[in-house]
Amino acid sequence: MTDLLEPGLLGQTAVPADQAVASATKTIQIDSHAMNFGPQHPAAHGVLRLVLEMDGEVVERADPHVGLLHRGTEKLIESRTYIQNVPYFDRLDYVSPMCMEHAFVLATEKLLSITAPERALWIRTMFDEITRILNHLLNLTSYALDVGALSPSLWGYEEREKLMEFYEAASGARLHANYYRPGGVKSDLPVGLTDRIWAWSEAFPKFVDDLWDLLTSNRIWKQRTVDIGVMSAEQALAWGFTGPNLRASGVPWDLRRAQPYAKYDQVEFDIPVARNGDCYDRYLVRMVEMRESVKIIRQCVERMKPGPVKIDDRKFTPPRREEMKRSMEALIHHFKLYTEGFHVPSGATYTAIESPKGEFGVYLVSDGTNKPYRCKIRPTGFSHLQAVEVMSKGHMLADTVAIIGSIDLVFGEVDR
Amino acid sequence: MRDFFTNNVLGILLLTIAETLAILVPVLIGMAYSTFFERKALAAFQLRRGPNVVGPFGLWQPFADAVKVFTKETIVPAGASRSLFLLAPMLTFVLACLAWAVIPVNDNWAAANINVGILYLFAISSLGVYGIIIAGWASNSKYAFLGAMRSAAQMVSYEVSIGFVLVTVMLCVGSLNLNDVVRAQSHHWFAFTLLFPMFVVFLISMLAETNRAPFDLPEGESELVAGFFVEYSAMSFALFFLGEYTNMIMMSALGSVLFLGGWQAPFGLTFIPGVFWLAAKICVLMFFFFWVRATFPRFRYDQLMRLGWKVFLPLSLLWLVLTAGYLELTGTLPMEAL
Repeated sequence: MTDLLEPGLLGQTAVPADQAVASATKTIQIDSHAMNFGPQHPAAHGVLRLVLEMDGEVVERADPHVGLLHRGTEKLIESRTYIQNVPYFDRLDYVSPMCMEHAFVLATEKLLSITAPERALWIRTMFDEITRILNHLLNLTSYALDVGALSPSLWGYEEREKLMEFYEAASGARLHANYYRPGGVKSDLPVGLTDRIWAWSEAFPKFVDDLWDLLTSNRIWKQRTVDIGVMSAEQALAWGFTGPNLRASGVPWDLRRAQPYAKYDQVEFDIPVARNGDCYDRYLVRMVEMRESVKIIRQCVERMKPGPVKIDDRKFTPPRREEMKRSMEALIHHFKLYTEGFHVPSGATYTAIESPKGEFGVYLVSDGTNKPYRCKIRPTGFSHLQAVEVMSKGHMLADTVAIIGSIDLVFGEVDR
Repeated sequence: MRDFFTNNVLGILLLTIAETLAILVPVLIGMAYSTFFERKALAAFQLRRGPNVVGPFGLWQPFADAVKVFTKETIVPAGASRSLFLLAPMLTFVLACLAWAVIPVNDNWAAANINVGILYLFAISSLGVYGIIIAGWASNSKYAFLGAMRSAAQMVSYEVSIGFVLVTVMLCVGSLNLNDVVRAQSHHWFAFTLLFPMFVVFLISMLAETNRAPFDLPEGESELVAGFFVEYSAMSFALFFLGEYTNMIMMSALGSVLFLGGWQAPFGLTFIPGVFWLAAKICVLMFFFFWVRATFPRFRYDQLMRLGWKVFLPLSLLWLVLTAGYLELTGTLPMEAL
């Protein structure tokens, strides 16, 4: 409480009548109240804890607290061999596991100076895009759920189910695939999988159309998302935005195009870029990206040729099981590979891929042993999360929910 | 015998209890099955199956839920004001049931066929907001408090536009008695006359009035977790839940009475009793509730208030004046009421 009309301030002598006026026009400052948003909150997308300072319904300050899902992945990686480390990456962004693996596998391959065979590259490209759709489906539909549209999330889960069956067919696991390996992929695709993927890719655009029809021109949806959480191109770059969030702000930057890996330099696809950088644009960019991903998947299926899926070097890839029954050398290779692993020449690399959320990078330092000396992971969502404060300031509580939904956070990756 | 029920105190008491039960029991059973109906309808929209395990087609699900909430413990938060905290759900539920007294389920079939039926409904529905405010305040939780504030503001604003809708209907009927309102629609339902825009305003306001999607901000799942009843558990929670659904059925019944001809049979199908027609119309409006819930995202608080005060209020006011002018010009103003 501050008394602005103190007689001393006004340079007047205190007269009882004046004092009566002063006390009648007192200015009262009301404290904004703090609200604990999460970690147990349906819109917290896992374990986000946001301490909101509110003025009624208006957010004055949003303070994201991280670390509730911290598992020490980077440290754990230092005490495991390179092959043993791949599954840790599935568990970073558990909504797009194979893309996470891809970054680590590429970094390892770069240090080893090996490249995977053609077919493996096509398979990786295809599964990266399947992963992208998996991720966008979950994000867009749960974003819609945050804004209050109930149905899309359940429709989305049905489509995700189909995609996870492809994961399962290829790797044996629906979520934590552990499918990519330094030097290729775990095993070739089972017979008939590409036909199933092709059939799916013909049906899927219909689903995107349905989702598009339900939300894109819906007045309530637009009222809730247009001009909410606006990030200009400069701001987005300054806060370290990447991926769809950056492209929604009008910066045409995509690592698949800027520094192509796998087979991205040989497939045709467009990169959607929006202009305003608000929640609506982030939604639009992801919707269009799903269609582009279908295009890439179809090209991969068409252009994939039969051939080896692992590099033909027994130092990196295990021998076939039949071979191990007959050849002593194969057995030794297998044993060495699964106990000691391979030694990686000393060196360091920063390798990044375009994960569905943006630039996901691995800074890998090798000291010549069979385990990484250091593995720094550049999470995508971390940079996006730190901007929640900037984006939600002055907006209402409900807008904060929309903003969190629109920037696509997964805490496995943010907290590592 | 007739004397016993009209003159004897005991008789009047018995009759009143019987009448009350005759209204409340079907309403409560209807309420139980409207939760089932909602879950099945939502499931159909969302490509799911919905409850299908308990009993044939999952028909015993409402009873399983009831047993569950009855057997759980009612937790009163440490900082809560105990008596008010427990009073709020009771108040909500009782008020939701009270409103049913004046709804005519067939010609002259109402627990209280009073001449101020519409005013009575006004009074009861205005009180409804108290249950919510008390709950939000007594819970001693920020989420509950924000939810209660939103809810109070919302219910009060939409009551205004519903008020003008009711006034317009009263103007056409010339009576505050709901039974007369239905009788006046024997030739054409009000929904398909000059009052159609008011019907639309009513449909949308009824969603807001009952705090249902897309106006479910007070309990906005993704913002306030559950809003004003976030701290409630077991039976105290169930009473809010019952109250909400009873209110939904009530608003559907009111909508049918005001605009869809209440117990009047369509297409001259008068051999089917009026009770059935009213129930059918209620079901249609209930389906509308669920349909909207499955389709639309949620409004934001300020947008909702803007819609209420800047769109619906002027619109309903304008239409009220237009209707009055039209009735005056054509000389069809029901004069006997004046």
